[in-house]
Amino acid sequence: MKKLLTGNEAIALGAIEAGVVYAGAYPGTPSTEILEILGTHKRAEIVAEWAPNEKVALESAIGASIAGGRALAAMKHVGVNVAADPLMSFAYSGANGGLVLISADDPGLHSSQNEQDNRQYAKFAKMPMLEPADSQEAKDMVRAALEISEQFQRPVMLRTTTRINHSKSIVEFGDITKHPKKPYEKAYRFDLVPAISKRLHYELEDWLVKLAEYSETTPLNYIQWNGKKIGIVAAGAAYQYAREVFGTKASYLKIGFSYPLPLKKIKAFAEQVDALYVIEELEPFMEEQIRAAGITCVGKDKIPNTDELSPTVVARALLGVEPDMVEVEAEAVGRPPTLCAGCPHRGFFYQLGKLKDVVIAGDIGCYGLGGAPPLNAKDLCICMGSGPSVAHGLQETFDFFGENKRVFGVIGDSTFFHTGMNSLLQIAYNKSPVVTCILDNRITAMTGHQENPGSGFTLQGDPVNIVEIGPVVRAFGIQHVRTVNPLNQAAMKETLAWALALNEPSVIITRWPCALKKYSEADKKEFGDHFHQCVVDAEACVGCRTCVRTGCPALRFDKTAKKTRIEPSQCVGCEICLQVCPKQAISAAGKGSK
Amino acid sequence: MSDVKNILLVGVGGQGTILVGKILSNGLLAAGFDVKMSEVHGMAQRGGSVSNQVRYGKEVFSPIIDKGQADILVAFETMEAVRWSPFLKKGGQMVVNDYRIPSAPILTGQADYPEGLLEALKAKADTTVIKAGDMAEALGNPKAMNIVLFGALVKKMQLSDIDWPSQIRDNVKPAFVDLNLKAFQAGQAAV
Ligand SMILES: Cc1ncc(C[n+]2csc(CCOP(=O)(O)OP(=O)(O)O)c2C)c(N)n1
Repeated sequence: MKKLLTGNEAIALGAIEAGVVYAGAYPGTPSTEILEILGTHKRAEIVAEWAPNEKVALESAIGASIAGGRALAAMKHVGVNVAADPLMSFAYSGANGGLVLISADDPGLHSSQNEQDNRQYAKFAKMPMLEPADSQEAKDMVRAALEISEQFQRPVMLRTTTRINHSKSIVEFGDITKHPKKPYEKAYRFDLVPAISKRLHYELEDWLVKLAEYSETTPLNYIQWNGKKIGIVAAGAAYQYAREVFGTKASYLKIGFSYPLPLKKIKAFAEQVDALYVIEELEPFMEEQIRAAGITCVGKDKIPNTDELSPTVVARALLGVEPDMVEVEAEAVGRPPTLCAGCPHRGFFYQLGKLKDVVIAGDIGCYGLGGAPPLNAKDLCICMGSGPSVAHGLQETFDFFGENKRVFGVIGDSTFFHTGMNSLLQIAYNKSPVVTCILDNRITAMTGHQENPGSGFTLQGDPVNIVEIGPVVRAFGIQHVRTVNPLNQAAMKETLAWALALNEPSVIITRWPCALKKYSEADKKEFGDHFHQCVVDAEACVGCRTCVRTGCPALRFDKTAKKTRIEPSQCVGCEICLQVCPKQAISAAGKGSK
Repeated sequence: MSDVKNILLVGVGGQGTILVGKILSNGLLAAGFDVKMSEVHGMAQRGGSVSNQVRYGKEVFSPIIDKGQADILVAFETMEAVRWSPFLKKGGQMVVNDYRIPSAPILTGQADYPEGLLEALKAKADTTVIKAGDMAEALGNPKAMNIVLFGALVKKMQLSDIDWPSQIRDNVKPAFVDLNLKAFQAGQAAV
């Protein structure tokens, strides 16, 4: 059977075909769908789980590998930072059952806070790395990675990029092999204490020598001869762009096994061509090693190390040609992403944005949009889980200098469970009067509605205990905790004022489901399953635009009539506009159900 | 240089470009072409500008369509046609839905939806304008607008020989098959 699959679908299929028994992940674009797909399988076929964060996901996969099963952990590039601690050390222990770590990088920052190049992690952790260039390779390399992992007792990184994860190409389905469990044996190498690790570091260096030899002979690194003028070394999406630009005018050393690099093979290839181009996205990862091996090449002196590559960028850099474009004489107005109609984060930020002398340290999630116009509330955001802890450092410093500022840490439910709990513990322990706001929209919304420890279901659909945020926070010893419905503007305003009047750590939990969430039975019970769509009384509307400043995409302001209209196909009846209207011109007359 | 054709579908998150990309690429695969398709996930889906890129031919390398490369650009929303017009190949065709979705700066009154876009497009490119929204509404459901545009695309790219009805049946819910088949016919007839 042949089908068009995304790289992520292919990776999931590869995991099933190769007999992976444990797969763990924390969602993150562009990796999320791998586990979403594995989660549709039954537990008898594979155990597929969302972990609270990437470190935990990798650690559980490590446990599965040590037990003797084939294991997979998947995450976006920055997720590997979170998982770096177990990764760097497990690289010393090494795998028992095969372990593949999927690192999904995001050159071009389609959906990320940075564009780090995780190939560096393979070299840093001294672990083998494979890089697919299309979906077929993505599927095949899952099996190859597991086999290499078992043969060399190493965890293996499968490094993808957004264009590999999210584009479809043809995949030939294979057979599903039930891979036998390896026996669990108590072994010194799994017990990382200094004396053992010291010895393991020597062993790791020996493994690397063997892996370098393997890299020279594996069919994952192969040459396509077309001529001797230009030779190109490339991997992943960059290989496809190189093929697109140079076609049969160049020969290719296609790299699939990219750490350790096949330096002898590259050297021999370089000697046979007039010019060697190393075409890679982001950092000069291969180029630096190639140059260090005394091989002359063209690379980042011409090709940018910022943003993603494309055939255009490659052609511009190496051939000096520009695309021939149609130039239409008109301009489109920007279309930035916005909080959805009915988003519970809107009611929160609308009130928070009105406060003076506050600094808002946000976090990563849909609520990141709370800094955009017209809400303009959030000041900053660094990485997942950093909202409360960065807020703490800000507050301590403002206080030290006697500056009259109050700091808010704003974080989502999934992010709270991810690493936000540690951040809040900092505030609870070191006692700063930061107001921590946990925006509990009952789901992991930003990445497309994944379950989390607070949502009541596992990835494979089993109903489980709901971890309640309120009791967790109280267990930290925080005395001042309130839960509020962020759609209720009077209550939201009053709650913020309550927190500001305190000089101790406080927590506000805003609790209302994401407007796009499919309600569970528990949700229906708690939040009701009906809503009333809003309508504007055109007579009463004075055109003041107060409602429009909530940024709700269901509201349309007609400049000529100077009236607001509400688009019925979009309104889900959150009633924020109704509450902010100074003329009571909006009523909740329509009907709708969840 | 190569025989590869590039189809660029653009619109606004939620307009159904992904479904059209799926039907299109599966049909091309069934017809024996090598196919690659790229789509946008994540942040941009929150009301942002989206694209779906389908490339097909004997052997396709890059999964993305670059500036100046699209043989046809199908815009599900008018302003998006302008935004993505640099991706059209010189001499390529455009199918533009005369349908406006105001973006955030327009909704809040910071900017106006630009006028004269269709004229500006026609001045520089072989542009066919259709009112897919109205046509779908006349068939009973404005959501079928995407399949109206798909019909127009198939006609323009001379791909009518492929068995599209069976692809549509495979990819839409049974209750919507008839509607979508009619929308497909209407789209083909409109250009
Ligand atoms: C370390 C890391 N892992 C994963 C992500 C991807 N990511 C961004 S936001 C988000 C989920 C946020 O969910 P939540 O905190 O519940 O906020 P919501 O989007 O629901 O408002 C995820 C998983 C990331 N940016 N960084």
